[in-house]
Amino acid sequence: MREFRFAVKQTIAIFFTYLFIGMAFGVLMNEAGYSVFWSVIAALFIYAGSMQIVMVSLLTAGAPVLAVAVMTFFINARHIFYGVGFIDRFRKMGWKYPYMVLTLTDETYSVLCSVDYEVGLDREKTDFFIALIDHCYWMLGCFLGGCMGQFLPWNTAGIEFSATAFFLVVVINQWQQYPSKIPFFTGIISSVIFYCLLGADNFLIPSLSVSLIVLLVLRDRVALRMEGA
Amino acid sequence: MVNNLAYMTGVIAITALVTWLTRALPFLIFGKRRLPQTIEYLGKVLPSAIMVILVFYCVRNINLTQYPYGMAEIISSIAVILTQMWRKNMYLAIIVGTVCYMILIWTVF
Repeated sequence: MREFRFAVKQTIAIFFTYLFIGMAFGVLMNEAGYSVFWSVIAALFIYAGSMQIVMVSLLTAGAPVLAVAVMTFFINARHIFYGVGFIDRFRKMGWKYPYMVLTLTDETYSVLCSVDYEVGLDREKTDFFIALIDHCYWMLGCFLGGCMGQFLPWNTAGIEFSATAFFLVVVINQWQQYPSKIPFFTGIISSVIFYCLLGADNFLIPSLSVSLIVLLVLRDRVALRMEGA
Repeated sequence: MVNNLAYMTGVIAITALVTWLTRALPFLIFGKRRLPQTIEYLGKVLPSAIMVILVFYCVRNINLTQYPYGMAEIISSIAVILTQMWRKNMYLAIIVGTVCYMILIWTVF
């Protein structure tokens, strides 16, 4: 299977990311008292790194299901924008179409955006293998973390910081890639303001909503910078 | 425990369904139509605001008014930023930051 081997090569970087973040999630779940079974179920069906990690704190806090739904929507709302460039590409894929849509994570998205196909490869098969292999890596990571949490002989206190570190790295990458810094300052200022006003537990959704509105209002200024680059 | 199991299943199911909804939405709405420019614009700029807010969300429980004033988080974040800027290696930055944080909370704070 040339397509499979090619897809493995394209996803090597994702192997490490998913194994590491997946394990962090599995260990977190385990420390919160949930068995490896739930980690794998979450990996299979949810398959969203940041959201799964946030979900652990929501679970342990006993957050209402409606709040979980709203939070999931806001955290994963970025996914809405990913599909836009893939509508025609996925539509042709028959039974694979729904799978491609539902497994379009940040990482799979970035691989599919940047893949440089070798001559003679079946592109649809290759895209499918990339999505499938990434999904398997994620499940493997969550599984290993869930198991390790149970048998880990050493102290894992503090491993939850890997999520913060992960988000920080994404912010740095975006900071370097974005011509306009207004979105970052919007995020920082709205976080600080609502954190002070509403406290640690209630600031997330107002911060996200206000950022969206501010970015719409400042659209001309931001768009000007984006085009100027 | 039954209640707990139902709650667990409910949370995972709703998280999965809403995640699927966010991924499927553009395919459901914009099937063959052109994308409105406003949506295209938001797709470009919103992620960077969201990720910054998520960083704040991760460290929301630190106490800045009492010792250790969130110093473990702040020092480890600086370690992540410097490693990423210097080596441009995501895995290394995450490992350095996490190990730094773990060592700090075990030994210093």
